[in-house]
Amino acid sequence: MAAPVGVHLEFGGGAELLFNGVKEHQVTLPSQSDPWDMKQLLVWIRRNLLKERPELFVQGDTVRPGILVLINDADWELMGELEYQLEDQDNIVFISTLHGG
Amino acid sequence: MCICCFSKVKMPVLCSSCAKKRAVLKRPKTGHSLCKDCFFWAFEEEVHRTIMAAKLFKPGETVGIAASGGKDSTVLAHVMKLLNERYSYGLELMLISVDEGITGYRDDSLETVKRNQEQYELPLKIVSYEELYGWTMDAIVKQVGLKNNCTFCGVFRRQALDRGAIILKVDKICTGHNADDVAETVLMNVLRGDIARLRRCTAISTASEGEGVVPRCKPLKYAYEKEIVLYAYFKKLDYFSTECIYSPNAYRGYARTFLKDLESIRPSSIMDVIHSGENLSVREGVKMPVQGTCSRCGYISSQALCKSCVLLEGLNRGLPKLGIGKHHRLHDKILSQQPLTEKEERKLKAVDF
Repeated sequence: MAAPVGVHLEFGGGAELLFNGVKEHQVTLPSQSDPWDMKQLLVWIRRNLLKERPELFVQGDTVRPGILVLINDADWELMGELEYQLEDQDNIVFISTLHGG
Repeated sequence: MCICCFSKVKMPVLCSSCAKKRAVLKRPKTGHSLCKDCFFWAFEEEVHRTIMAAKLFKPGETVGIAASGGKDSTVLAHVMKLLNERYSYGLELMLISVDEGITGYRDDSLETVKRNQEQYELPLKIVSYEELYGWTMDAIVKQVGLKNNCTFCGVFRRQALDRGAIILKVDKICTGHNADDVAETVLMNVLRGDIARLRRCTAISTASEGEGVVPRCKPLKYAYEKEIVLYAYFKKLDYFSTECIYSPNAYRGYARTFLKDLESIRPSSIMDVIHSGENLSVREGVKMPVQGTCSRCGYISSQALCKSCVLLEGLNRGLPKLGIGKHHRLHDKILSQQPLTEKEERKLKAVDF
């Protein structure tokens, strides 16, 4: 069994509006047999944090196109995207690019 | 897993430019992985090259930056100020904002612009719909409802920026339109069959089209939205991001989602759509509207009355539908202040549009 993982989540660029306007969340992911990855984190966020219009945040098993994801301040495209395995104290940022400029 | 030693250690990707620091993003346009500093430099240099290649400015010009407080115009103001100093463009820069009169949206974003004014030490001029037209968007929505309100807002904003620019005596206006916006507009014009707009929407700058119209340009035309947002994020720029409370602009929304879906499969899609738009040529003999001037306010118009004057007339006479759809044959009547027939009035009054 892997130990619980504490991660810091941040929503910005308008994505926070889907989370009651709350930008920062410190969460603890329960212990499970396999390590947590981004794919599972998105399912967890959808079930536990997302307050409205889930289709504006997730699409299929990934984030909706137009939402940028940073893992420890680096583009998740460099980190394996959905397959990235979370570590304790990771910092994950979701920024919407879909809001007015 | 590391492919060379099969260990589970995650190797950070190194910057493909300096090969020293950890990469922070994968550029959608080039596929390169860059560190923060190399990304800032690449982004700024590309905007500089866009400006130089299209000869957007001349030394000594006064340039108004259309500032909404959103990500694009905030990055634009930041980069314009930086490049003006780095390359001695010799420009005098200022910020122009439009206050549409939308409580809980524009009043908040204008606070951001006011902070930007201080952060960038640029003069700021705010022009409001209320002072220009006597109507705030809040009041317009009360009369017309939520269906065609974006038409009013869009038409009024275009003119408001020009009016602000003239008050400030600027030579040019630059706007924060990015590559995604331009590609989206190309798609929308194709979908609507709007050939006149399709032909001009990819132009990086507009020539002065006449009295009362200030030339405009888009220095961020080739900058991807993803890079603009990450530039703002890594530079910790102060911007405002909330959807307009009146924005049901569904059609643009679909075009946008479609484009974003394409981009996620093939990042070059955005540049490809712009490229297509730039290289389209319209067959001779296709009827184009002839640009003239509005006989009431003198603004450019392809009709006797410009759209803004027709919309305003409709609002002031309690006939909000006047400017929505085709009512050109009524223009003569409006101009000569003739009364409308009962049937005409009935048609234009309905709010069920």
